This record gives sequence, structure tokens and C-alpha cells, in this order.
Amino acid sequence: MGKRTRYLTITAICIPVITKENYPLYIRSTPMENELRFQYMVHTSLDMVDEKISSMGKALVNQRELYLGLLYPTEDYKVFYTTISKVKFVMVVNPSNTALRDNEIHRMFWKLHNSYIDVMCNPFCNPRTISRPGTDNMVMSMMIQVC
Amino acid sequence: SLGSPQPLPPGSSAGDQNLFTSVYPTLSQQLPREPMEWRRSYGRAPKMIHLESNFVQFKEELLPKEGNKALLTFPFLHIYWTECCVSTSEGKRTRGGIGLKMSVALCMEGLSQIVCSCLCRCVVLSDPLKDSSRTQESWNAFLTKLRTLLLMSFTKNLGKFEDDMRTLREKRTEPGWSFCEYFMVQEELAFVFEMLQQFEDALVQYDELDALFSQYVVNFGAGDGANWLTFFCQPVKSWNGLILRKPIDMEKRESIQRREATLLDLRSYLFSRQCTLLLFLQRPWEVAQRALELLHNCVQELKLLEVSVPPGALDCWVFLSCLEVLQRIEGCCDRAQIDSNIAHTVGLWSYATEKLKSLGYLCGLVSEKGPNSEDLNRTVDLLAGLGAERPETANTAQSPYKKLKEALSSVEAFEKHYLDLSHATIEMYTSIGRIRSAKFVGKDLAEFYMRKKAPQKAEIYLQGALKNYLAEGWALPITHTRKQLAECQKHLGQIENYLQTSSLLASDHHLTEEERKHFCQEILDFASQPSDNPGHKIVLPMQSFAQLRDLHFDPSNAVVHVGGVLCIEITMYSQMPVPVHVEQIVVNVHFSIEKNSYRKTAEWLTKHKTSNGIINFPPETAPFPVSQNSLPALELYEMFERSPSDNSLNTTGIICRNVHMLLRRQESSSSLEMPSGVALEEGAHVLRCSHVTLEPGANQITFRTQAKEPGTYTLRQLCASVGSVWFVLPHIYPIVQYDVYSQEPQLHVEPLADSLLAGIPQKVKFTVTTGHYTIKNGDSLQLSNAEAMLILCQAESRAVVYSNTREQSSDAALRIQSSDKVTSISLPVAPAYHVIEFELEVLSLPSAPALGGESDMLGMAEPHRKHKDKQKTGHCMVTTDHKVSIDCPWSIYSTVIALTFSVPFRTTHALLSSGTRKYVQVCVQNLSELDFQLSDSYLVDTSDSTDLQLVPLNTQSQQPIYSKQSVFFVWELKWTEEPPPSLHCQFSVGFSPASEEQLSISLKPYTYEFKVENFFTLYNVKAEIFPPSGMEYCRTGSLCSLEVLITRLSDLLEVDKDEALTESDEHFSTKLMYEVVDNSSNWAVCGKSCGVISMPVAARATHRVHMEVMPLFAGYLPLPDVRLFKYLPHHSAHSSQLDADSWIENDSLSVDKHGDDQPDSSSLKSRGSVHSACSSEHKGLPMPRLQALPAGQVFNSSSGTQVLVIPSQDDHVLEVSVT
Repeated sequence: MGKRTRYLTITAICIPVITKENYPLYIRSTPMENELRFQYMVHTSLDMVDEKISSMGKALVNQRELYLGLLYPTEDYKVFYTTISKVKFVMVVNPSNTALRDNEIHRMFWKLHNSYIDVMCNPFCNPRTISRPGTDNMVMSMMIQVC
Repeated sequence: SLGSPQPLPPGSSAGDQNLFTSVYPTLSQQLPREPMEWRRSYGRAPKMIHLESNFVQFKEELLPKEGNKALLTFPFLHIYWTECCVSTSEGKRTRGGIGLKMSVALCMEGLSQIVCSCLCRCVVLSDPLKDSSRTQESWNAFLTKLRTLLLMSFTKNLGKFEDDMRTLREKRTEPGWSFCEYFMVQEELAFVFEMLQQFEDALVQYDELDALFSQYVVNFGAGDGANWLTFFCQPVKSWNGLILRKPIDMEKRESIQRREATLLDLRSYLFSRQCTLLLFLQRPWEVAQRALELLHNCVQELKLLEVSVPPGALDCWVFLSCLEVLQRIEGCCDRAQIDSNIAHTVGLWSYATEKLKSLGYLCGLVSEKGPNSEDLNRTVDLLAGLGAERPETANTAQSPYKKLKEALSSVEAFEKHYLDLSHATIEMYTSIGRIRSAKFVGKDLAEFYMRKKAPQKAEIYLQGALKNYLAEGWALPITHTRKQLAECQKHLGQIENYLQTSSLLASDHHLTEEERKHFCQEILDFASQPSDNPGHKIVLPMQSFAQLRDLHFDPSNAVVHVGGVLCIEITMYSQMPVPVHVEQIVVNVHFSIEKNSYRKTAEWLTKHKTSNGIINFPPETAPFPVSQNSLPALELYEMFERSPSDNSLNTTGIICRNVHMLLRRQESSSSLEMPSGVALEEGAHVLRCSHVTLEPGANQITFRTQAKEPGTYTLRQLCASVGSVWFVLPHIYPIVQYDVYSQEPQLHVEPLADSLLAGIPQKVKFTVTTGHYTIKNGDSLQLSNAEAMLILCQAESRAVVYSNTREQSSDAALRIQSSDKVTSISLPVAPAYHVIEFELEVLSLPSAPALGGESDMLGMAEPHRKHKDKQKTGHCMVTTDHKVSIDCPWSIYSTVIALTFSVPFRTTHALLSSGTRKYVQVCVQNLSELDFQLSDSYLVDTSDSTDLQLVPLNTQSQQPIYSKQSVFFVWELKWTEEPPPSLHCQFSVGFSPASEEQLSISLKPYTYEFKVENFFTLYNVKAEIFPPSGMEYCRTGSLCSLEVLITRLSDLLEVDKDEALTESDEHFSTKLMYEVVDNSSNWAVCGKSCGVISMPVAARATHRVHMEVMPLFAGYLPLPDVRLFKYLPHHSAHSSQLDADSWIENDSLSVDKHGDDQPDSSSLKSRGSVHSACSSEHKGLPMPRLQALPAGQVFNSSSGTQVLVIPSQDDHVLEVSVT
């Protein structure tokens, strides 16, 4: 297929889960070398998240729709999603991948959210870290989706 | 006029040109006045529009040709004007290929009237130039008609155009399709909408074009190459940015038309049009937002299409575009609007800053030395790509073009522009609360300063950013920023800060091993430097260097006596990547004198209960932010507080051990970074461990200390010194304490068994708790001997020395030396805080029994006891205390110890009579739990009356006496002459524990002394019952006769000499009272049951009493009791005595009461008090007194006899009483 196909196979390049207190609960990115850059980027983008959440105010709580759409304009795209408990899921998407449709992103977030809930349902889970093989595999599969 | 911003759908007019000229001003003025509803195809919402028209004279060449796509210049409506007087209008129309041409005939009627008639499409305008209502009406009708027709025509043409355009778009997959061509077509539509002031619709056209193009790029990226797109992939040669100051950038438009536009040209043009329309729509902030998206998008698209772009060209383009957009927005908004919409524009500022920064780096403007020739060449190339400044900004001082050119012109200019931009951006971010973004820009700025060798300026930005990352716990940014900060601090020469940051970095697992080693080495290098100021300490927090994991005391309860050795073993987890040699590890200890008060608290109890000597320290939660919302988890523990005396539960509850963490004041996040000024405590008490090498990971370090002063020691600080660098843990938490106590030496003596028994050897345990005293050779216990207690020396007795923790440390034979007064026990040598234990055998000797007095001695107490107590005392052993005074070597005072011995036996005696023969019975009762062997019983008369003989009737010399059982001994009293009035006897019996084979010593016999008085029999009482005369047997219910015969057995004796004795003519007589009592209620006594008789005191004197009794039951009935009392006359001294007459007449019950006493009252001493209990009511009255005769003086010869009573015949029920 040539080198151009790689843009389509990479769906998300960084998927962090951020706590209510804006602490990175979980962060996976690909390629790994850029992790620092992604962390800087995701952290900075929290400004936008805060802004969006505060502008929505209470509406966010009542709203069933948790997807907040695109945020933080940089040369990389970021997509943001929050839960009722203010845990935030962010997906950094390769900007070339404009083919990624909103409903697909929705579906990915939904999967991520469910996975997170599964982890949190475990009474022995340390809420400080949710890393475990199941989550990792799921997240990795989102980041490298085979077309 | 074509292409003018004033949108005018064109019409053309023909016919009478003069006429038209005369009505034209009114027409052009009136036509746009009324809005028209514009109904649109494809379900688009209708709109109200004002029509404005441009009229041109009809020419043949104006008619559109086939394939014309210029909607703007297209004539929509053709009008034909003519003046007419009569209504002769004519409509003529022709159909063109592409549009609709319409002819309207206008007729002038008369001079004053223009009649606009409408036959088909003819309209008559009456008197158009007059001012009359008719004229007005006519105009209105005409205008309405014209508007309708104009709009119809326009809509029809527009629809046709749109259809054509769509058809063209559908062909986009066909080869040879040109995007630029299509672009021009759709833009025509946009122009039309713009002219109609339908900016929204116009914008939609551009957005559609935008989306179409973007889709092509994406598809191209996906491998679907569109031929026409390759055209846009030509190398970028010009990067002069967006131009937004002109409504239409004709230059760029033409290049698109000519199909020469590059991707940047196309995007720039498209955006300039969108920008124009958005500004028409009063949406400047959307411009800003779209601009940012556009810029990002362009960068990405160029990358995707692999367009060759000279380095820095895109940065220039983005920078210029950002500033252009910002200036364009600023140009159409006031300051207040801009200030309140920073959130929309700050992104552009930030982007511009970022791009300028990268340009600066690219062109060598950030380096210390300034740009080299290569950099200069690159700068020249970049500036060339900008071309000449465009005329519309040429006069603007601050134009983006000028700014960029200036910024790239010199190092100083670049710095100025970059700092301006950065500061502006940071300020804007801060003002809208985007702190993270502000810090991020600040970090870039710090990097810039670092490159410019201005670390003092960089520090604040790095610290700010680091604080921010720490607060939210972003590990990688923390590490990265720290690394930058370390460099900054190194340059600044902030040694302490640098070392602290280095220690944090050396323990940071996000760094590579090499990096960590580097930072660790930095610390070690510094530490090993010879300091110019010896003694100067660099104090750093320990946390990053090593962590205290757990601590363990030996002894595990953390309590040690003065002089004792305490070990504290700690686990330190070194965070360093390499082994670190630590000169010394010191624990500062705080001493407080409050002895043991601490250990009574609940905290102490729980701590020592749960941790069994190991105290765990919670791992540092450094990577996690302690934000206001995430407090540490509650550490709850159960708490039981027990009473110190009986260990019963006093209180129970739950305590929270980290209250101080939960309730402490919420500090700002700055507390996360350990303040560098850690105070080093200098205490008098330290625990020290020298020359330790801390390997990476867990290390065990043991502190050993000898306890000195008693008190509580609290571990405060932990310090580790590496050269002049001291790592300090300022507070050890949870609180760790140990206690040192001092104890006075003590002697404790206790029986080995539950109680000590008198008379046999018993073991007593001696416990010497040495406390702070050391038992030296020759120290001994001096026991002053108690008279009646012997200390039995046994050769094999040994003393055992235990340590404080009950571990046996030695044992030694005990040397005991006894003299008359003192027993000396040599103590074995024992160190302080040890326990010496040994056992001694002691023997309590029965001391000489004291007669009469209340004595503790064997058995003698018992007879004195009140009758009522008998039950109770029956199981209670008599005790005797022996006090021993002991002189201990550690004290000048004697210790007095009381040992209580219990007498195992209780002894009673009884006098038994058979006529005049007398017997003494001794009953020995074993109250102890032991079995004994009794031997060699003796009863001796201590008064030594030669006349008296005690003849033992006991056959066995050896006799076991089991626990809780009794043994009886009987002796017959024999005498030849007159018996003594009283007899003092001593009973003695040898005893030894039955279980033991052989006793080392011979035991003293058990003795019992008693006195027997009035034992000689004076009276014989005989009772007989006879059946009624003529009957063989007594019958129930029939009266029988009772004959009582009282016989005096001796002449006058000493004992008779009392008040009752009367003498007349050398004959003595005494008064006796008899009483017949039947306790078992077998008999009913008829008539008087008692009487007073005068009894001559002479041998064989007899008194006979006769009375009637009636048996109440059948069977062998025992005879009623006959009792004799001495009847004493009234005596004032005995006024309390009972009046005989009164109680005789009273009732027989009271007599019964007295009778109870008699059978058991073997001792004659208790006589006098018999009646005292019931005499109080008669106090003061002169009454005779009754005195029961001692049991030994009266012998009842008929006791035990029975009489057969048969039931009366008519009884149906046979009652048999068996006694």
C-alpha cells in the first residue's frame, strides 16, 4: 500500500485518562518517544477542558452527551470526553486522519469509558492507577486499528 | 457595474430611451424600497430580500451565449418602454438558450397618464411623473409587478445556474475535470449571494469549496491520486501570508483562474473570502478560530501532499498569517471587544510566538554567538520568499511583513519581538485563566533565556511550570522541567538548589540510567570537594535520596531499662542509582522526662498492639499531587484501653492515626516541593551509625544504643551525611518512641501453693528483682527468724537468675546459714535488671495454745465461737501470721514479710456419759486438701490429778485422715476418789502428709487443749410410759401415764454449792425444775408439763413425777424429753435473768428454744449466756432464774427407749411414724 497508508492505520496517537484533579491516571501513546511531547500537550489542553466544563456548568452533569468534541487547536488534533465524575478521556488523533468521523470517535470513547468502569468496579483496584493488561490491550487496539 | 460590492441583479431596457430616462430615478429609488419574499428551491427557507437593479440599454450582444457561466453579468429581465395614449401594449418575448428574456411594453396614455396595463406581461404606468394618488397606485402596482417578475427571472436563472454547477461537480471524477474551473463557477454563485447581501449563503459556497478541496487532499493522502491535485503540489516558492485587507484578492483569484495557484494561494484566497464574509456577518471571533484551523490544516496538508517547502517558509507564512488575522480583527473591533475575546485570539498569538521562536532558532538568532553565514543565507532565502511588501500594508508601520523582516534582521530585534510576543501571550493566557498554557509558553521562554545565557531570567519560568506540573502530577513534564531547572540552577550557582534538584533527578525513574547516574555523580562530586568552609553543611531533604521504609526495635516493645541495650533497625530504601557511601546516619532523638505517662495513652497501646515492634512508614506519595480534593486515605485502627489493674476493658473505639494529615491546613501546592531550608536539629541525644554504604534499593541499618536516663525518647530527624551534604528527613512520622525506665530493687515472697499449711514443710518462692542494683558477691538476705516459723535448709536448693526478658541466664546453689536469730541467704551474683528466683521450705510451728483467750492457735478458737457461726467456720481453716523481717543488701530498711499459715485441722471434744462412767471424745477434722497420716494420739491430764486415769479406747496407733474427713478418739475417765470439779486435758497427735514418703525433719505433733468441768453425774432421770390400765399397749388417742423418776446419785459435792442450795437440819436440798418436752410432737402432754421440785442433796434421794400423755401416732415412739434445770432464786445481781414463773406460764415454745442448746453444749463454760437473748424484755423485774444443769451432771437413763403405740381400732387410716 505504500507509506501513505500509515495515516489511516493509526487512529489515535495518545490516549490519556485524567482524573477530576487533572492528574494523569493513565497515559498511553504511540510512538513512545513522543510521550513527553504528548504529556505536555495534553496537560496544556486541560486549560481548554476546564474552560469547556466551566462554561457548561451544571449542564454537563445533566447532559447525557459527554462528548465535548474537538479541543485545543494545534497541529495535532485532540478530542475530549468527560464523565459524570469529571474523569476526562482525551484522544490525541493524528491530524491527517480527518477521515475519522465523530461517530467513530464516539464509539472509541464509549469503549474506553466502559473499560474504565470495568476497572473501577474492582473493589481492589487502586484508583491511582488503572493500568492493567486488559486496559492496555484495549487502548493499544484503539491506537493501532487495523483497517 | 459588474463585480461591485453593491449587488445589483442586472436588467436591460429597450424602447423609448427618453421615457425611461424620465422614470428611471423614481424606478431605481422605489424598486428596493419594499422587500420581497424570495422562495427558493430545494427546500431552502424563504427570505425577504430587497431588490435593487441595474438597467442597461438593450444590445444584441448582451444576450447570453451558450455555455455562459457568468451569472453576475447576466441580464435577467428585458423591459420595453413606450409611451401610449390608448392601451395598445404588446408583449414580445424570445427564448434564449440559456436564460429567459422578457419584454415588457410600457404605453404612455395622453400627456398626463401613463397606463401600465398588464396583458400577459404588459404593465401600464399612468401619469408616472405626476403626484397624484392614481399615479402612486399605478407606481405601486408597477413596482410590485416588476419586483415579482425580476425575482422570478432571477430565481429561475439562479436555479438553472445551480443545476449546471452541480452537474459540473458530479463530473469531478472524470479525467480533465478542473477544480479551479469549478471554483470559479461556484464563486460566481457566492458573488451573487453576496450582492444580494446573503452573506451566509455566500459563505456556504466557499465552505463547500473548502470541504471539497480538503476531501481531495485527504483522499490523495489515502492514495487516491486526483490528477488535478498534483498541480497544487508544486514546491512552495512564496510564503507571504494571508491578505485580508482587500475584499477580493484579485491577484490570487486570477492565479486560480489561470490554474497557476499553489495550495497556499488557494487556501489563502479561500480564507480571505471567508474572512470578508464573516466580517460582514459580524463574526470576527470565528475568523480567528477558523484562521487557526486553517493554518494548522495547511501545515498538515503540505505535509500530506509532500509538497517541498523550504525550511522556515511555513513558519514565515504562519507567522505572517497569524498577525494579519489579528490585525484584521483588531481593525474592525474596539479594544473592549478584543479584551473580552482574548480566548478566541490567544491561540493565534501563541501560534505566532511558537513560529517566531522556531524561526529564531532556525536563523541562528537565539544562539549566544549570533547567526553564522549559513544562518544568514537561510535568512536571506526566507526573506526572498516573502517578496515585496504589498501596497495595502506598505504604509502601515506595524505590518506583519515589517515585523517579520525586522525580527529576522538582527539578534537584538528578534529578541525584542520574541519577548514582546511571548509576554503578550503569557499575559493573555493568564488573564483568561489558561494557566497551563501560560506556563507552557513560559517554558519556551525559559529555554530561550537559557540559550541566551540568562539563567536568572529563565529560573522563574521553569519554577512556575514545574510547580504547575507537580500540582497535577504529570510525571514526564516534571522530569523534563526539572532537568532544565537543574541546568539553570547550575548556571546560577545555586548549589543547594542544584543539588536538591539533582537528587530528585537521580531518583527519577523516568530518566535513563545514565542520566540518573550523572545527577547522582554531581552530588557525590560536590560532596567530595574539599570545602573552603569546613563544617558548612548543605542540608537537603532526604525524600529523594532515600526513603525510610520501616523501623524495628529490639526489644520489640521499645522499652528498655537504664543501662540496657536497645537496637533500632531501620530499612532505608536508597533512591540513588549507584551505591553511595554515607559517612554517618544520625537519628536525632528528643528526650522527655515524663516517665511512662506516654505509654498509658491509647496511642501507645494500639501502636504496640498492631505493629509487633515493626513500624512501617507510608511510602512517599511524591508522584501524586496532594490536591485539596484528594486527601490521604483515613488510617483507622481499633483501640482497646484496658484497666491497668485487672486488665478489664475500659474503653474501646476507633482512632484515626493520620488525623494530623487530614486536618492540617491546606497549603498551596508549593508544599509539594520540599522547601530547601530544612532545619537540622541539633540534639543532645543522637543515634549514630557510621560508614554505611547505601546500595540502591533497600538497606538495613542498625543503631545500637545504651539506655541512659529514664524517660521517653522520640525519634525526630533522620540525617545521612555524604561529605558536606546532609540529607535530612525533618520529621519521622508515624511517631516513633522508646522508653527507658529505672526500677528499684524489690524482694517478693509468695507461697508456691495457694495457701501455706501450718505444721508441715511448705515451699515459699523468693523473687529478687534487681532493678538498678547489681548483686555482688557476698550480698545476702538476712532473715530475722520468727519464733514459730522455721526456715528449713535444704542442700540442693538453687537460685536461678533470669534476664529482664525472662531468659534464664544462670543458676547457682543457694547458701543458707542459720543462727539462732538470723538466717542468712547468700544471693548469687546478678547484674542489674535481672531477676533471681529461689524457693525455701518453711515450717510453721504450733505455738503454745493459750487457754481461754481468743487465740489463733490450733482448734482453740472454735469453742469460743458463737453457735451460729459454726456452719460458716466449719470449712474455714484457722490461720496464723508469721512476720519475717528481711534485711536486703540494697536498702538500710528491713522488709517485713507476712506469711499466713492455715491450720489444716479443726478439733472438737465432747464429754460422754454412761451412768456415772465418763468418756472424753476428741474429733479431728481435716479441712485441708491434703491427706494426712495420724499417729500416736495422746490425751493427758495437765492438772496432774493422780486420782484420775485416762484410758484410751483407740485401738490403732496409725490412722489416715483424708481431706475433708474426720477422725474420732475416745478415752474413758476413771477415778477412785471424788472426781475433780474440772479437768484440763491436752490432746496431741502426730501427723504427716500421707503422700510424702519421708520427711527430712521430724514434725511436731498437733495439740489441742481443752477443759472439762462438772463432769460428775449428779442426777439420773428415768421416764416410763405405761398403757392405760387394763390395756396391753398404748393406743393412739388414749391417755397414758408418764412416770418420771429423778434420782440423786451422790451426796453433797463442791459443785452443788450455789444459790439454790438450802440447808435445813444438816440436810441439804436444792430446787430443780423439770420439764417434759416432746419436740417431735408425737405426744400431747396433758396438764402441766413442768414443775419445780425440791431435791434433797443426798445419794439415792428420789423424786417421782406423774403426768398424763397421749400418743398422737402409732408405732414405736421415742419418749418425750425430760429436762432438768437448776431453779435459782432471784438475785439482784442477776436481775436480767428470766423469771421462772412468768416463762412457765408463758408458753412452752420458749422452753423449747432453750432446750435446743443443751444436747450439744459439751462445754460447760457457756452456760450463763443461754437465756440472755430473750431476757431483755424482763429487765428490771425480780425473777427467779433457771439454769440448765450441765450435761455431764444429768444422765438420762431412758434416753433412746421407745414405746409401742398401736392405732386405735376405728382408725381407717394408719399413720405410722418412724423415728
